[in-house]
Amino acid sequence: MRDAAQIVLLLVVLSDLAILGTSRLSSCIRGLAAQGFLLGLLPVLIAPQLSVHAVSLALGTVIVKAVALPWFLSWAIREAAVRREIEPIVGFIASQLLGALAVALAFAIASRLPLPALQQPLLVPVSLATLIIGFIVLTTRRKALVQVVGYLILENGIYLFGLTQTESVPFLLELGVLLDIFVGVFIMGIVVFHINREFDSLDATRLTELSD
Amino acid sequence: MRLLALCAIPLATALVVFAAPAFRGRRVPVALLFVVACAHLALVTSLWVVPPLPTLGGWLAADPLGLTVLTLTSVLFVVTAIYIVGYLRHEAPRSGRVFAGGLLAFLAAASVVALAHHLAMLWVGMEATTLSVAPLVFLRRDRRSLEATWKYLVVSSVGIALALLGTFFLASAQGQGGGDMGRPLLLPDLIAHARELHPAWLRAAFLFLLVGFGTKMGLAPMHTWKPDTYGEAPSLVSGLMSGALTSCAFLGVARVTEVVAAAGLGSFAQPVLIAFGLLSLAVAATFVIGQRDVKRLLAYSSVEHMGLLVLGLGLGGVGAYGSMLHLVNNGLAKGWMFLVAGNIALATGAATAGNRGLIRTLPASATLLVLGLFAVTGSPPFGMFVSEFTILRAAFDGGHPWIAATILMALAVIFVGMAALVLGMVLGEPPAPTGRDPGAVAVRESRWLVAGPVALAAIVLMLGFYIPGPLRDVLTRAAMALGGTGP
Repeated sequence: MRDAAQIVLLLVVLSDLAILGTSRLSSCIRGLAAQGFLLGLLPVLIAPQLSVHAVSLALGTVIVKAVALPWFLSWAIREAAVRREIEPIVGFIASQLLGALAVALAFAIASRLPLPALQQPLLVPVSLATLIIGFIVLTTRRKALVQVVGYLILENGIYLFGLTQTESVPFLLELGVLLDIFVGVFIMGIVVFHINREFDSLDATRLTELSD
Repeated sequence: MRLLALCAIPLATALVVFAAPAFRGRRVPVALLFVVACAHLALVTSLWVVPPLPTLGGWLAADPLGLTVLTLTSVLFVVTAIYIVGYLRHEAPRSGRVFAGGLLAFLAAASVVALAHHLAMLWVGMEATTLSVAPLVFLRRDRRSLEATWKYLVVSSVGIALALLGTFFLASAQGQGGGDMGRPLLLPDLIAHARELHPAWLRAAFLFLLVGFGTKMGLAPMHTWKPDTYGEAPSLVSGLMSGALTSCAFLGVARVTEVVAAAGLGSFAQPVLIAFGLLSLAVAATFVIGQRDVKRLLAYSSVEHMGLLVLGLGLGGVGAYGSMLHLVNNGLAKGWMFLVAGNIALATGAATAGNRGLIRTLPASATLLVLGLFAVTGSPPFGMFVSEFTILRAAFDGGHPWIAATILMALAVIFVGMAALVLGMVLGEPPAPTGRDPGAVAVRESRWLVAGPVALAAIVLMLGFYIPGPLRDVLTRAAMALGGTGP
């Protein structure tokens, strides 16, 4: 089980980098769904023994992060008629390089942090890397919808960190799911309030009427 | 029981208002709002008379810090509820349900934050405040308020996410401590075992919680949402946000500071708090100059006062008491000023520099605006003078004369910037009446609209002369919990 968890964590990093490198909205959302599925596997793989809590957590994670939110995002794309390109502020190659830097930085930080005799030494560095990459997507992409994807990746990083605490603090991880309410609100905001209609496109950089 | 009721009653009413189709109109939800606000304040008053016991296994309790924030929120909410009666005669939000429901949900969430002694619960309450306020910012449903709401949600939700990570780090600090660390994330247990917490994780937790909740407070450089949100939201919502919501966010920062102080890591936390405080003061001083909109001006003033709050915490000693007193003063004064700005906006369309001679057209509001200018810039005889002076004294006592000098310089610049706009609007010749009946303008200053700001102004003025014994006692105990001393 330990090796399987290692492989899953490495795949999470790969999905981070893939999302950074893709130029199409649909593949970006597919990458996110894949990442959500991988995250759903982890509670079961990490738990010392199979418990009801771990299994229900895994199921809940897969339903929310791998099925519901990606579906919701695709629905928003259709509903709000968003153009399918990502339109980055920082180019794809450059952002992948940034992502690689983030991974290196995450491992460097994690090696300095005092960690318990963790069942999973990769968990903390992968969590930090995902967090930073989410932040990169959030800040270097123009479209409101892709920024939502960035926020989701950032959240996934927090979820991964929460996995280190599931033993000592029950239900801490479930708090992370509350963050998904925000994402729901964002997507509803895009669709219902027609951010694309009001601003001509889902380009959040055009939200610049208010400034000093 | 009372603690539970404080959170449950507004929440239940909010749900009823949202769900029941009978509340389509505006009259019934607003009446409910008023009743719940008064009941909340009555319950809070009873907490001062008969201190409550912790409930829900210690998850809910009213300690001096929480009680201060809770009382501030409750007072502001009642004043806002009174104001709403007058407000609705002039401006009708599209949905009375969303309006009243959002405000009630905010009251419930703020009560949870103030009373929570479990840090995960505190975080949930903080997230709920963000979500409950968002539809209120978007009340006007135009392009500008949409932009403001979007910015507010994106920036705050990133802050909330970082605060969650900080909470996880705190759990990790407790988990890595070794030995019996008490119940996870429960404040009394964290403080009792503070010295056994893992210091590296505790430091990381402090930084993330400070940045996360600091975003909700509007500390520079995470303040970018503030001028837009306060500028576009209806004034009474801006008043609640800058008076009550930022105080709740400060409470989040104060809670982790309590733990850090108990762990003996004050020397790590203090320079960080001071740095954020000074940066906020500098940013506020820079952007106050040349503002043309009173609400945006007040937003930068809020950045300034949030900076002063964390500065007081960072300076320690009597500064912690100064911060607690300043929290009360700032909350009341911000409510006062935003409601007055709302009156001007109701009468003239917008509280901007385009107005002239308000002292003739809106005498009561203009007088309150000028008095408020002196109050929020910390001039005697208002309460802010006392609290700002206490924080300055802490800077001198702590041997940081250059910090005191920086504070004074920023305060002077902010005073000039604010006075330029406010006095320009109040004095001068009113524009020639362009078809608008001058009588109609006078009517708009109804008693409902003026009573709230006058009440808040009276309290702020009183706090400048005399701080009641029970309040002084509670603020002193709160300051001591934060690692400081009394006055």
